[in-house]
Amino acid sequence: MKYLQIDHVSKTFVKGSKQAHVLSDITLTIDKGEFVSIIGHSGCGKSTLLNLIAGLTDVTSGGIVLDGREVNAPGPDRAVVFQNHSLLPWLTVYDNIKLAVSKVFGATKSRAERHDWIMQNLDLVQMSHAADKRPGEISGGMRQRVGIARALAMEPKVLLLDEPFGALDALTRAHLQDAVMDIHARLGNTMIMITHDVDEAVLLADRIVMMTNGPAATIGEVLTVPLVRPRDRIRLASQPDYVRAREGVLRFLYERHRLVEAAE
Amino acid sequence: MNVTALKRKLDLTPKPAAPVVALPPRNSDRLAPWRKRGASLASTVLPPLAVLVVLLTIWQVGASGEGSGLPTPVQVWIDSGFLIMEPFYVYGSQDIGLGWRVLTSLERVAYGFGLAAVVGVLTGAVIGQSALMMRGFDPIFQILRTVPPLAWLPISLAAFMDSGPSAIFVIFITAIWPVIINTAAGVRAIPQDYRNVAAVLRLNQVEFFCKIMVPAAAPYIFSGLRIGVGLSWLAIVAAEMLTGGVGIGFFIWDAWNSSRLSDIIVALAYIGGTGFILDRLVGWIGRVVSRGTAG
Repeated sequence: MKYLQIDHVSKTFVKGSKQAHVLSDITLTIDKGEFVSIIGHSGCGKSTLLNLIAGLTDVTSGGIVLDGREVNAPGPDRAVVFQNHSLLPWLTVYDNIKLAVSKVFGATKSRAERHDWIMQNLDLVQMSHAADKRPGEISGGMRQRVGIARALAMEPKVLLLDEPFGALDALTRAHLQDAVMDIHARLGNTMIMITHDVDEAVLLADRIVMMTNGPAATIGEVLTVPLVRPRDRIRLASQPDYVRAREGVLRFLYERHRLVEAAE
Repeated sequence: MNVTALKRKLDLTPKPAAPVVALPPRNSDRLAPWRKRGASLASTVLPPLAVLVVLLTIWQVGASGEGSGLPTPVQVWIDSGFLIMEPFYVYGSQDIGLGWRVLTSLERVAYGFGLAAVVGVLTGAVIGQSALMMRGFDPIFQILRTVPPLAWLPISLAAFMDSGPSAIFVIFITAIWPVIINTAAGVRAIPQDYRNVAAVLRLNQVEFFCKIMVPAAAPYIFSGLRIGVGLSWLAIVAAEMLTGGVGIGFFIWDAWNSSRLSDIIVALAYIGGTGFILDRLVGWIGRVVSRGTAG
């Protein structure tokens, strides 16, 4: 069954008399529980595509349907983990998640149930020890964990991750990738992750959507990653399927769709 | 290596007797933070105190000459020392200490400034939301904010016909502009990320205002409020020229009309001191409230 359907979507930004045709004719269907990575060079509009799915930006033409309902506004059923965590710095870790939980489950869960749900999500990302800290008092990796917990706490139909680990160091990134894989295995969420890291895409995704370069970027190729789960980053490195998938993405990015900086 | 280690070990053995020797320095250590605090207090209090003494001396010397229009500090003390020493006397409904007068004026400022704060933050929040409104309103606010309090008096009187509300309006209209301008600037400066969070959570206007806008813009809002409270206190003399009664502003006007220069000087000191405290108070509240935002 098609869970999320992106149908001939185009996006043109208009600012005064200037027009920027960012995305052109994007068609993609994603099944429930699937993990899809979207990869492409910077400026190809992959974040725009995520914003369209999130409803933060309106489509110019085409349509997006999630679970039988058209996407035309942002909502907690499409929770976003933002690139720079976007936690509110004046709230504690607990209160940041509480803001989301109170809004989404204010009517359906009792106060005690909401508290348990907040703590459960903090446990999921191993951050319950820092519940009373403010975002300024914890490390970048921890903040991103809290950002994931906040998104998960909304119990979204689709979890959208916008280059969530881009600003983190390699070790922390590996930890968080494992955490995301673990969460995906346990909860079976549908996840869409924007990334520019080939290894990350291959390690995490069931399918990798490769975008051509802008302007008017579109989907160049979709690669299915045939690796069984749970995946182990160390053992994967020597598996032929992994190497082949990695090579496929690299070829796409650096041979057929090399970023030409002089295009301006 | 072994020998030195052995020596160290040997050195350690007689030490059990040492704690007796170690106690006195520990005692002085306990006093050290107090001494440090005393030193830092002295370094902040002594320089302004020294400058004050120098200025008073210059004033004393300068105003001592024959036919000087200004009373010397000593003369002020002789004439009006009573006002300084007894801020809270009550001899009749019109004859009360300067402390009471300041409180009366503060009440008036509280109405005017409180209104300016509420209206200013709300207006600034609405205007800051839209670039078009900002472009339309900002130049007008920039012009209105430079109008001095006294200039608002006639218009205020004409509009309200009554001195009480007019006085509060003068304070209000003087203080509101920096509050609006700063709040609008603060709202414009809210990062898109926070707006996205609010959009994903589907926060309504009121929730967005309370949970995102006010805390995110708090540093801007409070710098506006701080300027505003200063201005509203500046307007008190102008406002009380209208109302009469027992305020500190009217006291100056009244003292001038009966040529009590020494009283005016004392009242000036009261006004300055109160203004300083108000400024610090709002600054402190702002720091406490916006602690999280800055971090």
